[in-house]
Order: sequence, then structure tokens, then C-alpha cells
Amino acid sequence: MKFGVVVFPGSNCDHDAFYAIGNVLQKPVEFIWHQSENLANCDAIILPGGFSYGDYLRTGAIARFSPVMKSVEKFANSGGMVLGVCNGFQILCEAGLLPGAMMRNSGLRFICRHVHIRVEQTDTPFTNAAQKGQILKLPIAHSDGNYNCDEATVAELEKNRQVIFRYTTPDGSDDNAGNPNGAVHNIAGVCNRERNVAGLMPHPERAVEAALDSADGLVILHSMIEVLVGAAKATA
Amino acid sequence: MATATTEIRVTPEIAAEHGVTREEYARIQQILGRDPNITELGIFSVMWSEHCSYKSSKVHLKRLPTRGKLVVQGPGENAGVVDIGDGLVAAFKIESHNHPSYVEPFQGATTGVGGILRDIFTMGARPIAVLDSLRFGEVAPGKNTTEEDAAKNRRILDGVVRGVGSYGNCFGVPTVGGEVAFEPCYSQNPLVNALALGIAKKEEIFLAKAKGIGNPVIYVGAKTGRDGIHGASLLASAEFTEESKQKRPNVQVGDPFMEKLLLEACLEAMQTGAVVAIQDMGAAGLTCSTMEMASRGGTGIEIDLAKVPQRETGMTPYEIMLSESQERMLLVAEKGREQEVLAIFKKWGLDAVVVGHVTEGGIARINNDGRVAAEIPAHPLAEEGPVYRRLIAAPAPRVETEKDWFAFAPEGTNLTANFLKLLASPAIASKRWITEQYDTSVRTNTLAGPGASDAAVVRIKDPKTGAVKRALALSTDGNGRWCQLNPRVGAMHAVAEAARNVACSGARPIAATNCLNFGSPEKPEVMWQFSETVDGLAEACTALGTPITGGNVSFYNETLGKSIYPTPVIGVLGILDDASRVLKIAFRDEGDVIVLLDGFGVGPTLGSSARGASPAPTGLAREFSSSEYSKAIAAIVAGEPPSIDLGAEKRLQDCLIALAAEGAVQSAHDISDGGLAVTLAESCFASVGAELAPPALGANVILDDGDPAESALFNERGARAVVSVTPSKLAAVLNTARQYRVVARELGQVTHSDAFRIEHKGRTVIDSPIEILRDAWGHSLERTLAAK
Repeated sequence: MKFGVVVFPGSNCDHDAFYAIGNVLQKPVEFIWHQSENLANCDAIILPGGFSYGDYLRTGAIARFSPVMKSVEKFANSGGMVLGVCNGFQILCEAGLLPGAMMRNSGLRFICRHVHIRVEQTDTPFTNAAQKGQILKLPIAHSDGNYNCDEATVAELEKNRQVIFRYTTPDGSDDNAGNPNGAVHNIAGVCNRERNVAGLMPHPERAVEAALDSADGLVILHSMIEVLVGAAKATA
Repeated sequence: MATATTEIRVTPEIAAEHGVTREEYARIQQILGRDPNITELGIFSVMWSEHCSYKSSKVHLKRLPTRGKLVVQGPGENAGVVDIGDGLVAAFKIESHNHPSYVEPFQGATTGVGGILRDIFTMGARPIAVLDSLRFGEVAPGKNTTEEDAAKNRRILDGVVRGVGSYGNCFGVPTVGGEVAFEPCYSQNPLVNALALGIAKKEEIFLAKAKGIGNPVIYVGAKTGRDGIHGASLLASAEFTEESKQKRPNVQVGDPFMEKLLLEACLEAMQTGAVVAIQDMGAAGLTCSTMEMASRGGTGIEIDLAKVPQRETGMTPYEIMLSESQERMLLVAEKGREQEVLAIFKKWGLDAVVVGHVTEGGIARINNDGRVAAEIPAHPLAEEGPVYRRLIAAPAPRVETEKDWFAFAPEGTNLTANFLKLLASPAIASKRWITEQYDTSVRTNTLAGPGASDAAVVRIKDPKTGAVKRALALSTDGNGRWCQLNPRVGAMHAVAEAARNVACSGARPIAATNCLNFGSPEKPEVMWQFSETVDGLAEACTALGTPITGGNVSFYNETLGKSIYPTPVIGVLGILDDASRVLKIAFRDEGDVIVLLDGFGVGPTLGSSARGASPAPTGLAREFSSSEYSKAIAAIVAGEPPSIDLGAEKRLQDCLIALAAEGAVQSAHDISDGGLAVTLAESCFASVGAELAPPALGANVILDDGDPAESALFNERGARAVVSVTPSKLAAVLNTARQYRVVARELGQVTHSDAFRIEHKGRTVIDSPIEILRDAWGHSLERTLAAK
């Protein structure tokens, strides 16, 4: 089992993802440089947060053209597990690996705080270790997390159960009140139809120890590890 | 010599336009043995500007304590460096970017943050935290502030906050703390002081000393443009006039993405062992970096400006040398290994060009396409600049009588309404609206972000293994109002409060950095304030064991002849030997005992009678008139700052550090702005787990000291903190307090009810549902700032 964390120029959560997997969970992980088309035999790819290429044009708009993304696309299309966090989510949308697009936060400001999200679906490699309806406390840190798509697409996302994380309040009672950025249907994270590619705006890799005020992000990484362990057993 | 042709002939008048006095001009002629050409004049003018040369402050700064057993590098390098154990060091420094932030708030703030980050990674340290100490004019209309002024101040604040956030967020360093204060005097002259902290291995610290004759000098990073020419000498070294707005082109433009690349490339290049020295191009750009590297190394330097990457055409040597384009570095590499260095910068997509080499003999020679554009002995330029012993004159003593001071309400008055007003005042209200615009958690080291603990706390991961053992705590403080009333005592309070905040987080204060924001040094009363401040800092830093390792002086903070309050901002760094022992301000459990710790004297009761200098009732009013409560409730700013006892501060801090190490207390929060009542309320508010989470814990407190109720609740005397204690540990806590000769007194209990109640001399003086208080405190700044 091996995780790969892609490093774009301007990625700044790459070290956090690396630390969460390598140090906290003690699993093999390596960095993959954006100019490499070789994914180094990794079994799961993480596109980390940050400001790839400065995000001056539009978040993720340049990163999708980088050489590594060709390989990530091939990997995803052949069923490989790809998780995009924050800027990684934005890049996956720009690359067309996930539906939808990001707009500026409804308040037009950068927001960094803990939010709560509900796990809506557990039949994905990113949520299978969670309970359906489980509420996770995770930090957000973004200017452009206002997830949007047209009505037909959002209806399809809901129908296909691709909305895997939704903003809510700590007790899960009021999704609108828990939505920090105006995202349509309070969507915090989605997966593709095949369920092997997912993106979310909150940062699970920043919530991996009680000392960081929450360890709720671990359940997402544990889910991925369980799938990889299962796959390794199946081939053994 | 062959100078560049077709250029302006330098006269003393042109020199004067550069801010160079007649005496300074004569000194330049003496150093060169001839008249300078225009490029040389430009170089001298920026190097000898107040901002770069410290010519008015030097003689005073010598009085600051700068040595200590943990100090690895004191003032004079890009940042101070202290030993934090296990082969690691911390590099940290605070710097001002005041004038640019008034002229262009967003870019002024971004480049302020960018500049201090470069100072840190120039030393080979990876930045792990930023704090920002901000001062603005009043953001709500009131006494001395019109709605128009308030609206302008809100716009400046908005731009500065966006700027600070935009740079740090993109760069990927958490902005974990700092403070924001408001006074009318900052209306035309906001203060933006940015502090950065970085970590490096002790043996891998880099210095800015050119070494090795023949070694190549390499320019890396952004291209040079015409932006920021004379930023240091014109913007930072002169007061503001009506024309200052026209200086907008002098403000630099920041690119945090470029700086992130520069950071990664520089740290990677440093790891090769091929880098001999490195210096960032901040104020005075290429001039300062070339001249200072040569001067410190005792060498000469020769560069060719034609090789400098430029983003505009037709730039003159004068413009290239004086440009303050951001995100640039100058480094000296080992001869023969330059390709290794260049390859790394290429990998990160950055310009890196050999522009010259280190020479023998101490001359800095600036060529431009085969012609000599400037030729200056580096050491006299960098080190033998003018030093002024400016005139000092104490202002006429203020004549105040009881009428000018705060009049305490009659005993028994219910103070709940005043308390609500105080909690809602911009000085006291939650700064969440501001701090949420900063990424506080990137790099997953933040153990206590804004408002969680009295100091910001970040843990240290071992650079190789990621293992966590220790943590660092940082706090910035500085009360301009107190310094205006008494600069020496105010400065002592700034150090004491910053150190106390660090101790309240459980960390031991080990070093300090300072940013001294003052008016014009050409005014004798400003120099008196400065001199008094330095003496106050020196005394407090010595007493509290926090030597000053660096910082900066910002003079000329005045507009249309009116100076700001003297505002020393002190950043104190502390170390926590066990990262799991961080103390936060939040109350944690119902039934915990609330204990007041007071470092002042040993005695059976508190209150004025137990204090060394027992203030008479009029003395009490005089001291109280400098409090936030007096300003917010009665619009009175007068009197004196609270008297200070550094021995008491030290006892209290040592006691807090011991309690944290023993794991004996549940929470700790010092008493400062707004007094005891605000401290208690904030500990209740912080007990809420997250925004929108269930209500906070409450408190029930009984006070019976001799002061009037308003003084008991809201006075801001130092050396005090409130801790909460599990009942079973109370005896141990009281015992520890006794050992440190700190008075500990039980004030009441943490309650589960939604009530906040304080009784004074048998009467209820504050009684309110927590949610009402929390709403006033939590949302009033947001409501004020959202007003257009």
C-alpha cells in the first residue's frame, strides 16, 4: 500500500497530508512532483490544498494542465482512488474528474474555522469506515469553496448519491445554518459516479489528533486504508 | 572614474531632495573623495535613511539587554535566533510596515508579511507562524471621531486584514495571533507590525556575510521593476503630508505565490551546502543586500546590473539599485558549485542569474553594461553612516485634578449594562471576524490559535522524524495609551503582559523582539518618549529574563505634524517543554474552582491594602482613568498606567509555569484589558466548542476586596491571572502558589447554568445570561466593521 501526495508549485497542505498518513497513521507515502507523469506505483493519490500556481486566474485552472494531471486522470479512469482536498477539490472540478465548479465564498472573504459536516454516504472508499449520518468537525480554510452546478447536475448528484459530505450544525439539525460558503445544497464534498474520485473543501488531514482540536478527519483516511488493505488481501 | 553618462549632476540641493542633509553630504564626499554621481547618491540616501541606518535610535538601543544563555544570534542579522533544545533553534523577528499600509492598505500589509517571512527563511529557518499587531483609528464614530473618519478607518482595516490574510494564506504559514487596538491617533497613521517565527537546525543557520573571494553572487526570485523605489527612504523615513497619497507608486506589490516558491527553492539550495551567504532584498533592495553582505563579510562585491532580471525596459542603474520589488534574494555560492544552486531555482521555475562575484578590498562596484555605475567602499557606507544624539526634552507635566479622572459609581450600582457596553467595545470585543480571515491551522502545528490561549502556541515537529516534544508560545503586546501617559511604565507593561501571556499558556518566556513605533525623532519630546521607552524595556526585559534579539524602529509615524502615541510592540517567545501541557483560557468543567493568582506581595486579603504602593482613593481613580473601561464608559483617557512591580510579575509567571508543568489547573487567563470581569467572561465564552455549538459554561463569583466595585471588576493592574481548578487539586494549587509567594484566592465556581454572576461586598453587581454577554462580545466588531 502506498499513498502519493502531489506537489504543485503553491501547494501548501502537501506536508500536512504527508504527515497525517506517514506519521500519524504510519502508512507509506511519498510526494509526487507536478512535472512527473509517473505516479510511482501509488495506490491512492491525494491532491492537497494550497494555491497551485498562485491560483491567480481561477482556483485549480492552471494545475489541471500540469503533466502529473494526465497520469492522475488515467489513474482515476482505471478505478484508482483519488482524493482532492480544498485546492485539490477545485483542481478535480477544473479537470472534469468531478462535476461542478467553485465560486467565491458567499461572504466574499477567506474563512478559516472549524465546521461540521455530515457523512451522507458510506459506500465510497472515502467513507466506508464512517457511520451514515456521522458528524465530523473539520477545519476549512478557503476563499473559493462555494460549490455550484446547474440544477440538473445537482439533481443527478443527489439521485446518484454522489453528495457524500454536507455542511450542518454541530448537532446536525440545521444544514443551512452550518453552511459557511453558500455551497448549493450545502454540499461540502462529492464523489464521481464511479465513486473512486472524491473532493471536499474541509481539511481531514488537519484534523488527525486531539491536540489539533479534532481527530475526526481520520475516519476518511481510515476508510481509504481499509479499501487498500482489502484490495491487497484480495490479490494475495 | 568612468561614470554613467548623461546623468544629473549631483548638487547639495538634489541631495536634500533625497533627504540627505548638508553634513551627511559632506560625509559622503569625504568617504568617496569626490562628489557622488546620482546612483551613488541614491545608494547613500537609502542606506543612511532612518529606516535602514537607525541613525536616531542607535545610541539608545545600545541600552537594551541582548544577551542570554539561549541567544544564538542577537540584533544585527535578518532575525534573532534562540536555542530551543534538541539541536533546534527558533528564528523570529517583528517589523513594521506602517506607512505603506496607510497609502495602500492591502499591498502595504501583504508586503509587510512577505518581508518578515523572507527575513526568517533567509536565515535557513522554515516559517511556522505569523502574528500581526495592528493599530487603527476608531472604527465607530464617537468622541474625536467623525463617521467619515470611522468609515475610512474601517476601509483601512479591511484592506490590511485582507492583505495579511492573502499573503500568509497563500504562502502557507498560519497566522496564529497578534492583537488589534483602536485609538484616534492611528487614524492617519495605522500600525502594521508583523512577526514571523521559523525553525531550523542549529548548525544550519545562515548568515548574510559575503565570503570567499571570487565566489559568485547570484540573484534569485522575482524580476526587478520600478515599484517601491525609495520605499524605505521616502515613505518610511519622513512624516506624512497631504501629498503622501501621491506616493502610492512607492508602495511595493506582493506576490505570495512567488515567495512560496522562493522559500522552497532557498531551503532546498541551502541543503546542498553550496550556499555561502544569503540576504533578502527588502528595504532598499539590491543596494542594501549587496552593501550589507560585503560590509559584514569584510569583502568587496562587484555586480553587473545588465544581468539583473528586469520586468521593465530602460531602467537606469539608479532605478535598479533602489527598486524594492518584492520576492527577491541575493546569495553567494561556492565557486564551482553555482550550477547546483541554479538548477534548484530552475526546478522551482524561478529566475536565478550570476550577477557578479565577491572581491577583495572592500569596494562595492556596480557595473552596468561595461560601465561603472557606482563605486563605494561598502563598510563605511553600511557601518559608518551618521549617528545622531537627538535632543531630548520631557514634555511639560500634565496638570490633572480629580475632575479629570474617572468618578466611580456609588456602591451597589448594578454594572451589567456597563459591562455589556465594555464587552461590545472594539478594544475588548472578539476579533474573530478578523482572525477567521487568516489560515490558522495550515502545517498542523497550531495547538492554540487566536483567542484559545493567552499566547499563540505552535508545536515543533522534528524536521526529520516528525516527532513532537516541545511547543513554542508567542504573544505580542503594547498599550499605546499607557505609553502616551507614561512611556517608561507603559513599555514595562508591554513586556510584562507579553511575558505573562506566554506564561499563561504554560510556556517559559525566553526571548523578545520589539517594534518601536514613534513620531518624528526630530522632535525632542518624541525622543524623550523613545528614550524612556527603551529604559522601560531594558528594565522589564532584564527582570523577566527575555533579552531582545532583534526588531525594528519605525519613526516619523505622524501626519500633518501630529504624532501617534508612542507604541512599542513587544513579542515574547516562550518554550513549553511538554507540548501536551498547553494551558488555554476556556473553563472546562462545572464545579471547578475559580482562583485568582496575584503576584503582588503576600498578605491575607487582596485589594489596595495588600499592595506595596497602596493607592489612596484619588490614586485609584487616577490609575483607573487609563483603563479600557474608563475610555469605553466615560470617554476619559487620563491619569497614569497602573503602577508595575516586575518582581510580582516574575513570581506570578513562575507560578503559572509550574502549575502548567504539574498539570494542576484546567485553564489560565491573565487579567489585562477590561480587568477581572472580562477575564472571567472570556473564559466562559471560550468554553463553547465551536461556533453554533451549545451554550458556554457560566460563573458565579464573589468579590469582597476594599476597592470600589468598578475598580474591583475592571481595573487593569498587572501580575494577576485567573485559573480554574478541579476541586480535588485545589490544595495542591494553593500550595504551589505559596511556594512562589503568589497570593491565591478562591473567587467562586464554574457553573453549568447559563448565568454569569458577580457579587461585590454582598451585592450583585453583574448578573446576565451568558448568551447575551457572548453575543455582545462575539458579534459587535463584526457589526461595526460590516457597516459601509
